[in-house]
Amino acid sequence: MVNLEVKLKDLVLKNPVMTASGTFGFGEEFADFIDLSQLGGILVKGTTRYHREGNPYPRMAETPSGMLNAVGLQNKGVENFCNDIYPRIKDYKTNVMVNVSGSLVEDCVETATMINELDHIPGIELNISCPNVKEGGMAFGTSCASAEEVVREVRKVYKKHLMVKLSPNVTDITSIAKAVEGQGADSVSLINTLLGMAIDAETRKPLLSTVTGGLSGPAVKPVALRMVWQVFNAVNIPIVGLGGIMNAKDAIEFILAGSSAIQIGTANFIDPCVTEKVVKGIEEYMIRHQVDNVTDLIGALNQQ
Amino acid sequence: MKKLVQDFEVLHKKELNKDNFVLEIKASEALPDIKPGQFVNVLVENATNTFLRRPLSIHFVDYDKNIIKLYIKRIGEGTNKLGELEIGDKLNLIYPLGNSYSIPKNSKAVLIGGGCGVAPLLYLAKHLKEAGNEVTTILGIRSAEDAIELDQYKEYGRVFITTEDGTMGEKGYPTQHSVLKEDFDYSFTCGPEPMMKAVAAYSDANDVTCEVSLENTMACGFGACLCCVTDTKEGNKCVCTEGPVFNVKDLKW
Repeated sequence: MVNLEVKLKDLVLKNPVMTASGTFGFGEEFADFIDLSQLGGILVKGTTRYHREGNPYPRMAETPSGMLNAVGLQNKGVENFCNDIYPRIKDYKTNVMVNVSGSLVEDCVETATMINELDHIPGIELNISCPNVKEGGMAFGTSCASAEEVVREVRKVYKKHLMVKLSPNVTDITSIAKAVEGQGADSVSLINTLLGMAIDAETRKPLLSTVTGGLSGPAVKPVALRMVWQVFNAVNIPIVGLGGIMNAKDAIEFILAGSSAIQIGTANFIDPCVTEKVVKGIEEYMIRHQVDNVTDLIGALNQQ
Repeated sequence: MKKLVQDFEVLHKKELNKDNFVLEIKASEALPDIKPGQFVNVLVENATNTFLRRPLSIHFVDYDKNIIKLYIKRIGEGTNKLGELEIGDKLNLIYPLGNSYSIPKNSKAVLIGGGCGVAPLLYLAKHLKEAGNEVTTILGIRSAEDAIELDQYKEYGRVFITTEDGTMGEKGYPTQHSVLKEDFDYSFTCGPEPMMKAVAAYSDANDVTCEVSLENTMACGFGACLCCVTDTKEGNKCVCTEGPVFNVKDLKW
């Protein structure tokens, strides 16, 4: 019997497989397809201080081996989450974490403060990297000073696990990772989507209402793997890797590159059962390679 | 209603004309309850540039034979690949997805379809007839050669045709057909957006309850990604879960 348990500091995951925010709703959307209790954790939809309608449509464009989205953090705000959503999902037998976004530092602080009161939410993922909001969003995550400020202020009020989601749309992701580590982040998750665009040559129009959007799917996996490996060599806090993971083999690659856990995003749209399959696939890999503890694989990239 | 992920087997492929075909696919297990207007999200395999599933209207359901019919138009690599499927091939579906047309009782209903938007109307016509409604279908096509499956619609009520070139039925668009001078209680439409907007305008002017089936670019099809929203009087709503069928009074049209 192999041991799939991993720890993100004090947060215990029964296995390394989590879901990526914005691709898994509130988990309820997947309850017909999988047993949610089989997952290491669920990152629910991006939540902001106030209701957001998101961007106009079209919000999605398919690309080779991926997709662009410009959803723009559509959500009903943190009060709605606390009052309406939380009671429905609080008893899931897995770690339910909330992805927190905001255009202003104060908004992130207030949102984190309210979620801090929810007993069954063991952590938040502070999103300083969304490319689809006009103000704030990714801007927090593209300079060390602004990343430090928002993490420092949220850290003051948020007492449980603080994961910070990093943007790949930077020159040096390691400096941002070190900056948020220095302000008390418990872990970092990377990568968020890569800024991209798509054009309809026939109409000469952009395919997204916002012209640019976030690229996800297998197309971004090599970039994500590279960044996980770089950050693994730069920080001492756990890394949660994501970006184009479609199967257990991809997940293992991220763990070998330095991820303590992984998140599955876009793949959920194509196969809503993929997360359970990845858990099983990691287990099979470990049996095949005679690895007793999945933690032995973290950062075990053989560079000889 | 529980959503499923299941493999189906291609039983038959019927070419309707150069652009459109109907796939008959068979489930290995008993089909769940499927309502008219609902759709499936189909996995397209072995297509280089097709990454996401393709949402397709459910054209007809035969519970006795465990068969779903999908009416598909070749419009890009994904649907072209589906057109290359052969008898015995497997097709993976997420289904049944979305809401459905409402089924009134003992009313007069007119169904107005254009192009491949006729896809969900056949199964709707069956349900409407079974609920005691008087069903009138108007199909808008470009030319007589696009007149397909008319006999199937005739099983459930009157069928009228409009052609853009006047080669069959009345010349013009379906919203211009003379039968619309009669009184109807409900209009149900699917097709190009300009046509549906014309149906909505006709319905509004004649105090007819109108339901439309919208199309949108989708990633998941079951409410997780929030990509396929449409603007309604209550804000953005997902076409995949809160639609695809909307009462036009709820839309900002």
